[in-house]
Amino acid sequence: MESADREKSPGSTREAAAPVQLLTPDGRRVEHPEYSIDVSPEELRGLYRDMVLARRVDAEGVTLQRQGELALWPSLLGQEAAQVGSARAVLDGDHVFPSYRDHGVALCRGVDPLALLAMFRGVSNGGWDPEDHGFHLYTLVIGSQTLHATGYAMGMAKDGAHGAAVVYFGDGATSQGDVSEAFNFAAVYDAPVVFFCQNNQWAISEPTEKQSRVPLYRRADGFGLPGVRVDGNDVLACLAVTRAAMQRARCGQGPTLVEAFTYRMGAHTTSDDPTRYRDSAEVAHWAAKDPIARLRTHLLDTAHADQAFLDEVDHTADQAGQRLRALVRSMPAPDPHAIFDHVYADGHSLVDEERAQFARYEASFAETGGN
Amino acid sequence: MTLLTTAPADLAPALVPPPATRTLTLGKAVNTALRDAMAADPKVLVMGEDVGRLGGVFRITDGLYEEFGPERVMDTPLAESGIVGTAIGLALRGYRPVVEIQFDGFVFPGYDQIVTQLAKMHARSLGKVRVPVVIRIPYGGGIGAVEHHSESPEALFAHVAGLKVVSPSDAQDAYWMLRQAIEGDDPVIYFEPKRRYYEQGDLDTTRPTRPLHGARVLRQGTDATLLGYGPTVKTCLAAARVAEEEDGRSLEVIDLRSVSPLDFASVAASVRRTRRLVVVHEAPVFFGAGAEIAARVTEHCFHHLEAPVLRVGGYHAPYPPSRLEEDYLPGLDRVLHAVDHVMSF
Repeated sequence: MESADREKSPGSTREAAAPVQLLTPDGRRVEHPEYSIDVSPEELRGLYRDMVLARRVDAEGVTLQRQGELALWPSLLGQEAAQVGSARAVLDGDHVFPSYRDHGVALCRGVDPLALLAMFRGVSNGGWDPEDHGFHLYTLVIGSQTLHATGYAMGMAKDGAHGAAVVYFGDGATSQGDVSEAFNFAAVYDAPVVFFCQNNQWAISEPTEKQSRVPLYRRADGFGLPGVRVDGNDVLACLAVTRAAMQRARCGQGPTLVEAFTYRMGAHTTSDDPTRYRDSAEVAHWAAKDPIARLRTHLLDTAHADQAFLDEVDHTADQAGQRLRALVRSMPAPDPHAIFDHVYADGHSLVDEERAQFARYEASFAETGGN
Repeated sequence: MTLLTTAPADLAPALVPPPATRTLTLGKAVNTALRDAMAADPKVLVMGEDVGRLGGVFRITDGLYEEFGPERVMDTPLAESGIVGTAIGLALRGYRPVVEIQFDGFVFPGYDQIVTQLAKMHARSLGKVRVPVVIRIPYGGGIGAVEHHSESPEALFAHVAGLKVVSPSDAQDAYWMLRQAIEGDDPVIYFEPKRRYYEQGDLDTTRPTRPLHGARVLRQGTDATLLGYGPTVKTCLAAARVAEEEDGRSLEVIDLRSVSPLDFASVAASVRRTRRLVVVHEAPVFFGAGAEIAARVTEHCFHHLEAPVLRVGGYHAPYPPSRLEEDYLPGLDRVLHAVDHVMSF
């Protein structure tokens, strides 16, 4: 379909190939000529568990923000398959460069979601060690991390490491110059990096049509790297396509752009009001393609899982949510003197001076009996 | 040893081993520093536009490509944000990239990556991530160049926490400050005074002269202090000589060397002696390094001052066409004019 698409006239640049799909919205398993996948029932149940947990943690983030415990929360609702499917293609030795909505990827990599919640509570600006789980810090400036992932991958190639980097970004990010530069650097240096674009159709209020005249996966053509569109609500397809792209990268065959065609069911963040710019009919249309529901249907239809399993997963996720809620609520504010920590690795006299100044200022209240 | 210490002064040089000192240009000193840093640490990379086969438009990376190969001397695509952004990624992987920005005015496509990413990574990771990227920028005017090739944007970097900003003024500092910048774990913006690239100086590669961020008193004086860095140090020294010869004035000259952090203690000590200060930089004076220094001198040396701190630098106008640059730059006459002014109080 891709080649047929390319033959069309410039006037039809919005034409796109059908996304790679292995599990239909009604839960039927289908085959794809290029992307076959052999998944055991146990793995299927694992993917289901991951997605349910991701949705539960995400819901907890929204709730905690509504309760005033978080300053902000960017919900992943609807993108569980894109995140879990791709993240489960990541192996030890690979490195993930996330954006800021990739809580499901973080969970799959073993990052404690408390670290993510701390960030949106205003307690830290990150703070986890990227080397612990091969999961780098969230990046809030749109698209910047695509270059970091590319540079990191260039370094991996120099080291002769058998790993790859994967970078997450959205449809809006594809308009950023940094993303184009990253595609180009990756292509020129043949860097082992996978560009995983979650096209959730909306960059806050702007639809993808405002970002690009061509389907996003076809951006890859001009840079000389393969581009593939995958059903982003199909966890199996996301796993298969990302797995193949990561394997290509690890084997020295260079970068790939994956466009996961999905939908942001919730608001951009808890500060956003999507009713101002999109129809409820559109949301309903995508609700019918729900990534968790389709795998649940498939698991039940194939008898790979029963209701007891589903209940147990729900219960476990709920417990995780409750644990996070309690921990977030009791999370203390950082010590104000931490403002001056880690500004530099080797120190800086001005930071030392201002730290001392701040300490004297604070101490002045204690001396006068203030509080 | 006994012989050495008791030998007549005129015999001593013949008995001392020849010093490891050589005379070379400032540009060649930068080149030597890069070569020695790459030889000392296989993680040091050089990357930028035309830094490979060509050896850079100023030939600062000359010979490195032949010596270290394309894996370590990387001709990059022509995209400054891409260069800085991938350098960050390489640093995260454990490399020490030394990035060349071809000219001062071309850094801005990469400014976003420098300010929003490079500067903040150590802090936002709570110290778990180090990004030892050095960004070399040939800067300043006086070479008759076209637009965007003569600017002095150091204040735009010094304002950003997480970055260090330095500028050498001679071959010895050019070498050692770059070696120290590369060895450090913080991002450093290393401003090279391009119109001084061909100035000859002595270089001793056996030991660093002083810490990276320490100012240095080049000439002692009693009447006023002239403070410069990078390309204006030579101007300040010339002004001090002329002021002494023509007006009998004793001017102290300080090479600031580091804009961030500032070695303010050295500046304050000098001002307390001379009671007058003139800061000279090519960058516009408005919100420039001189403004920060003047404010600090007022705060810390108020009762020592005999005159307001004066600044001589660029105007609040785009860097002019090169036929006008001598009128824009803080040349000898403008510095002497400021000295007359500061002495009139």
